Amino acid sequence: MNDAALSILVIDENAIRAQIIEEGLRAAGHERVTVVHEIQGVARIVERIAPDVIVIDLENPNRDMLESMFLLSRSVRRPIAMFVDRSDRASIEAAVEAGVSAYVVDGLRQERVKPIVDMAISRFNAFSRMTQELEAARTALENRKLVDRAKAILMKSRGLSEDDAYRLLRTAAMKQNRKISDIAQSLIMAAGLLEGEP
Amino acid sequence: MSVMPDIRIGFVPLLDSAILVSAVEKGFTRQEGLNVILSREPSWSSVRDRLAVGNLDAAHMLAPMPIAANLGLFPLSPTLIAPIAMGLGGNAVTVSNALAQDLAQANAGETLDAGQVGVALQRVVEMRRESGLPPLRFGVVYSFSSHNFELRYWLAACGIDPDTDVEIVVLPPPHMPQALAEGQIDGFCAGEPWNSAAVQRGAGHIATLKAHIWRSSPEKVLGVSQPWAEQNPQALDAVLRALYRAALWCGDAANHMELAHLLSVAVGVEPKLLLAGLSGALHIAQGQRLQVDDFFLTATRAATFPWQSHALWFYSQMVRWCYCRHAPEQVRIARDSYRPDIYRRALRSLGAPLPGANLKVEGALVMPTPVGAANSALVLGPDGFFDGHIFDPDQIEDYMRAQAGDLFRN
Repeated sequence: MNDAALSILVIDENAIRAQIIEEGLRAAGHERVTVVHEIQGVARIVERIAPDVIVIDLENPNRDMLESMFLLSRSVRRPIAMFVDRSDRASIEAAVEAGVSAYVVDGLRQERVKPIVDMAISRFNAFSRMTQELEAARTALENRKLVDRAKAILMKSRGLSEDDAYRLLRTAAMKQNRKISDIAQSLIMAAGLLEGEP
Repeated sequence: MSVMPDIRIGFVPLLDSAILVSAVEKGFTRQEGLNVILSREPSWSSVRDRLAVGNLDAAHMLAPMPIAANLGLFPLSPTLIAPIAMGLGGNAVTVSNALAQDLAQANAGETLDAGQVGVALQRVVEMRRESGLPPLRFGVVYSFSSHNFELRYWLAACGIDPDTDVEIVVLPPPHMPQALAEGQIDGFCAGEPWNSAAVQRGAGHIATLKAHIWRSSPEKVLGVSQPWAEQNPQALDAVLRALYRAALWCGDAANHMELAHLLSVAVGVEPKLLLAGLSGALHIAQGQRLQVDDFFLTATRAATFPWQSHALWFYSQMVRWCYCRHAPEQVRIARDSYRPDIYRRALRSLGAPLPGANLKVEGALVMPTPVGAANSALVLGPDGFFDGHIFDPDQIEDYMRAQAGDLFRN
């Protein structure tokens, strides 16, 4: 059986991350890859495709349910162990750090499975980095919008040029040891309150 | 004084995380010079994995988990010890409105008596079989949980085979009320506040209680990484002292409102849902209340003592339901997963009542009974199983043989 193509199941509620993993697996030559986004009905899928390897988000609250299915699989004689090799501590730690858990059918040779788990780990990590960068970019954009609005308020209420309005914000931020976007937000809020007064 | 290390402790947001959460939030850990970082975990599997790789040093966990871990029954098994328990009771069995109606017709009564409800359930199971209806499906929170084992014990004692007459599935506790409302399950056994939450949303009725199936029965423990415990004995003792003080604080009814508010943040439900389990004033159905004085105990009846007889009872049930094979060496591993010696070492200085024995005969006490204890007086019990059977840990082989010989396991 060792020569047969491995059947791989990816369970991830995050569709984008699941796609990234699937692409990685296909690029590595794996053709029997099944991706599901929700846990409901997963029992039937496991029965149908008989996965050799299951990759799932470590934080998925349904992992307890998934593992109970493996215990039930005592009867179908498909014992499933977690991770490539229980003695491969570095690999296990890397997986937990990355937020991946992988379940592997007992008896599969380590050299066949390790690349799959390693790939899942690196793609999970890449996805986290991407999410963080995206979040940073979004925050930067929002901060710039805040500063623009605060500048407009200052230009209107105090008749300042755009450059002077910006300098005023920056000076206030430096004096109070706060971020310009924080100062801008306070100013917008204060202006809102003042306008709201009868 | 030596510098205490930072300690990372995991928990799953449930009513019975009360002792741990309040130990940190009310400053009991800080008074011990500890810096505890609580980590809220999405599943028991996650708790176990993080302990295995050293991401966590200890965690609030299901009482059978350290035993299962040490027996190597998990895909990834850390070596764990349970030096303190996190209370007694706190679970219930909740059923759908439809099943509640069937049970009422089968004379289940309104007192949640485990025997009477069980007889009624057996009749319902029988009638469904005769009518060609699918078996009832029950949710539990984890395979190696007190919920799974107490539900199975109750069903089997009522003549219902938990493996063939009904179906038992695992679901995350917060999903139980929704699954019940949608008809994915007909009932569930879970900790609070999820029974009260199901009743509140009109999805079901509480049918019986853990405290009625087995009075004063174990539920959660603090599972500690054994390597960490060996390297940090002083910190471990300090954690136990903080948890013990927190357990007394949680057991004082005057603190229940504050505790309910404190937990509501972690658990994500409104305080009044948590207050039900803390006070024992349960809404068992909409508009129907029942006061249960020993629903969830943290301070009395040695509620934090890690009885090795509890560990051995769980072991007997793991063997009974084929989660592991019986062997004398396995019995020792299961028993020694619970560490009353560490409990005594840590709490002696607090004047806490310290039972002289490590094991007790479960089901021997039919009423509150003063027992031998060091430091201060201790009253134990009642601690009986609803069917009147007794578990004597010294006779565990006979107990398992008798259960293996019942009508299901041949």
